[in-house]
Amino acid sequence: MRVTIDESRCQGHGRCYSIAPGLFESDDLGNGVVLGDGIVASDQERHAHLAVANCPEGAVRIEGA
Amino acid sequence: MSHLPVADFATDFDHTDAAWVNDPYPIYEDLRARCPVAHSDRYGGAWLPVRHEDVTAIANDHEHFTSRNVVVNEGRPGPQAPPAPIGVAPPITSDPPFHQLARRLLLPAFSPKAINELEGYTRELCTQLLDGLGDVDHLDAAVDYAQHIPVGVIAKMLGFPPEDGDLFRGFVHIILEGVDLPFEERIASFEPLGAYFEAQIIDHQEHPRDDLTDFLLNVEMNGQRLEMRHVFGTMVLLLAAGIDTTWSAIGASIWHLARTKADRTRLVDEPELMPIAIEELLRAYAPVTMARLVKEDFDFQGHPMKKDDWVLLSFPAANRDPGVFERADEVVIDREVNRHAAFGLGVHRCVGSNLARMELRVALECFLERFPEFHLADESAVTWARGQVRGPRTLPLVVG
Repeated sequence: MRVTIDESRCQGHGRCYSIAPGLFESDDLGNGVVLGDGIVASDQERHAHLAVANCPEGAVRIEGA
Repeated sequence: MSHLPVADFATDFDHTDAAWVNDPYPIYEDLRARCPVAHSDRYGGAWLPVRHEDVTAIANDHEHFTSRNVVVNEGRPGPQAPPAPIGVAPPITSDPPFHQLARRLLLPAFSPKAINELEGYTRELCTQLLDGLGDVDHLDAAVDYAQHIPVGVIAKMLGFPPEDGDLFRGFVHIILEGVDLPFEERIASFEPLGAYFEAQIIDHQEHPRDDLTDFLLNVEMNGQRLEMRHVFGTMVLLLAAGIDTTWSAIGASIWHLARTKADRTRLVDEPELMPIAIEELLRAYAPVTMARLVKEDFDFQGHPMKKDDWVLLSFPAANRDPGVFERADEVVIDREVNRHAAFGLGVHRCVGSNLARMELRVALECFLERFPEFHLADESAVTWARGQVRGPRTLPLVVG
């Protein structure tokens, strides 16, 4: 499982890095950035799903689930 | 005040009507079933979508809608109005592509990192306000507490005298609530605000210091300093968008907790729940309704919109859409799946959302720590702001 952020949709609501700080961080503008390669460890899967479910713009996605 | 009461919100809605001001949620629900895009001839023609998908579509449609004015009132931007793309309060009154440039300048000052640095000051401010109340058993949480918090923080950020708080609130009241005044009266009412801001700008030019006003005076866009009307407009925006909104969110949250013992007790017992609870309170009591103007005549899903019609962009209504949120009309204090739109959708997402969240969290933490027990002194004595920002303006509580 891997998380991605569609930069064309992200508007910097900041929900992903608040909910899943192990997977995302903020850039200088407040937009979400995927940490590292975005591969989700098994103990982070729940956070990954919550980040997707809480993004108001539908910018956070999961691949290979 | 100056408008006739509304008989049918589907054909004659008015967001200054007493029924809307007191409780807009049943109105949204009724319109969602019947319309779902309501119309009104008031304000020279206005539309109101109440479904999440329609609000989303319009927020993202810059081809048919402009942000040139985002506060529904009796006038329209005329020849005297600040011209596009800057508009009266950039970047909220700007459209792409200028909007993106103007917004990018502001974002670093409101990033999570920048806002974290203000948390200590905010906590101190909240603690001082509560300490200043002394040993009370009654208080007005809107007047004695909530209203002072965003004023104190934004004054610090802009480098304005903190003792001018009442003045700021007066300016913001004119901008946001004086919307049903005749247009000339509304324009004239802005004069003291203009004079105040000019004086602050001159003071900053003569005595430079490290704050947001100085930043706006010196920052460059495309290799040039901002036009003075851009600086001025952004200062108006930060004041107008930063005060009543957060005041409303803090007040509405305290109002909810005063009426809902189970949620209050849970937050006292489980303070770690606060970040999730705040998102739910923001969803259920989203303070801000935005607006757009229709650019040219066009048909929106069968609704014949005319050039210069207003569209009220109700994020509060979108947040109560049962098609998107389970138990949409209930506050579920530990709601984990919450794709709410309290800070808007699309490119105009609230620049101050990180600041607002921090202020709301700290304000509630400090309040609950000081007063783990409180309830409404008199439900009927609670009053709500009118217009596009909704929150309690008097909130009498029995505490302790």
